[in-house]
Amino acid sequence: MGKTIAQKIFDAHIIDDTYENAKIIKLDAVFAHEITTPPAIKDLETKGLDKVFDPNKIKVVIDHVTPSKDTRSAIQAKILRDWARRHKIKDFFDIGKNGVCHALFPEQGFVRPGYTIIMGDSHTCTHGAFGAFAFGVGTTALEVGILKGVVATSYPKSIKIVLKGQLENGVYAKDVILHIIHELTVNGATNRVIEFSGEVIDNFSMEERMTLTNMAIEAGATSGICAPDMKTVEYLWKYIKNDFNDKADALKEYSRWLPDADAKYEKEFEFDVSDWEPLITIKYSPDQSILAKDADIKIDQAYLGSCTNGRISDLRIAAGILKGQKIADHVRGILSPATPTVFKTALKEGLLEIFMDSGFVVTNPTCGACLGMSNGVLAPGEVAVSSTNRNFKGRMGKGGMVHLASPATVVASAIAGKIVDPRKYISSQEEGK
Amino acid sequence: MKKFGGKVLFLDRANINTDEIIPAKYLTEIDKEPLKQHLLEDLDLNNFDPTSINFEQYGAVVSRANFGCGSSREMAPWAFEVNGINVLIASNFARIFRENTFNCGMLAIELSEDTIDKIFQDFADKDDVLLDINLNDMTMKFSTTDLNYELEFSLTKFQHDLVKHGGWVKLAADKY
Ligand code: SF4
Repeated sequence: MGKTIAQKIFDAHIIDDTYENAKIIKLDAVFAHEITTPPAIKDLETKGLDKVFDPNKIKVVIDHVTPSKDTRSAIQAKILRDWARRHKIKDFFDIGKNGVCHALFPEQGFVRPGYTIIMGDSHTCTHGAFGAFAFGVGTTALEVGILKGVVATSYPKSIKIVLKGQLENGVYAKDVILHIIHELTVNGATNRVIEFSGEVIDNFSMEERMTLTNMAIEAGATSGICAPDMKTVEYLWKYIKNDFNDKADALKEYSRWLPDADAKYEKEFEFDVSDWEPLITIKYSPDQSILAKDADIKIDQAYLGSCTNGRISDLRIAAGILKGQKIADHVRGILSPATPTVFKTALKEGLLEIFMDSGFVVTNPTCGACLGMSNGVLAPGEVAVSSTNRNFKGRMGKGGMVHLASPATVVASAIAGKIVDPRKYISSQEEGK
Repeated sequence: MKKFGGKVLFLDRANINTDEIIPAKYLTEIDKEPLKQHLLEDLDLNNFDPTSINFEQYGAVVSRANFGCGSSREMAPWAFEVNGINVLIASNFARIFRENTFNCGMLAIELSEDTIDKIFQDFADKDDVLLDINLNDMTMKFSTTDLNYELEFSLTKFQHDLVKHGGWVKLAADKY
């Protein structure tokens, strides 16, 4: 019988097949940040097992609360920092070099098609955009990953989602994934991997694919995967060029991870995206959404950033709308470029100036407001439109309301002072693109 | 391997969730030890006052369906573990909670609803109910001064190995 992408990767990594309900697989990379890793480090120390399986395969970043905001966050950062130094982990990203993990690690070339990756973070599914099998885990699983480079998990079963048609101008990858989660519901892909394919995915850039796979977990999925293609090779080329004769050669090698024609999926969905419109979430669950044009919701804050939509292409789209415009007086606009490279590129291209002229503040790269820990926490009763991925109750601050949307919708709403459909704010030059 | 068995604490309610076991406000703790005094702090159960209970004297808990539902926090089994409660028995457990418990080298044993009913009937109102666990032949024995009986239970091979090695960290350290 044919295999899915996840099954092919899985089979190539199994090192112990003796257990019926749990298979042990080898890991190509373990990622770590300062919120979930310190308890694992402490527990390993307590057990007298303060070791790492391979310092070159562990990638570490302080990203959630940085620079530290209080004693507790400073201690978390310090535990991670001391540990990374003690074990000579060279890919360790602290202030000056740090950025949001799921944006930073792909940008640094740490992901490859066919890789197995874990992290103590539910949005680890983002890395599936490269044709990797990546998923979030709990503390003990993370400890074992750090110590031994293995993880125990059940054999993957996939849902196939085929996306057809052409996205209308002003409708983005974020709207696509919000539509999909709305269709599937937050439990629709629980214990399953989502494999995305179709002409929409083929046309998507790697950044757009990451926006899509990032939110697979919001439908309950273990991971979201896009098959590797020439775009994957192009994105990674500067990191892999010594390994291959040319790009075609690299693509050939990565093509072994493509799903078999007769692969068995638990479920298959086909969507035509052509008449999909910009969405926003309402209430406290990412599957509850309405058309942005039907929302008439006044906002206090507009947030652009995070592992979902804090990349350079997001900033370009947003700046295109903000150029020459001012955001509403009562709106606090916050831009947090996801990584130092995104920050620098936006600076060079003059995007940061556009944001600042329009009334936005620009913060350093960090998760910050996304999880309501710093840099833009909401007060009870306040409302934000945000390019992030979770609208759970209290996510950006106790008593606050978060409406998830695309970067275009976020900044258009900032101008309008309330949530709007971004399409009428997109200039004609943008439309020509 | 951990020590299994001891005095039994009965929690007579279904759907006891991880927020009740260890409230979210303690999740920023980096060590396990500070969790100790907050075990079951928010448990919603008649006449249950966690401040008046010395959890350390217990070694096992018997409860009802869907024990440990809610968030994936591993601090929930940890809060039992630091109190020396390494055996949890229920008619079934939430998946992640069960996996976390075995990953810590602890036991999350599922018995049929009827058996759980009977255990509650026979023992729940008695003090000093003791539980003995025999992992080799997978039996357990409940006893008080005037009553005792033996029950069988089952584990998958992976769960058995996790427990034998004292958890997933130790098992992986020994094996891979
Ligand atoms: S940006 Fe938000 S969702 Fe992404 S890793 Fe940071 S806290 Fe998590």
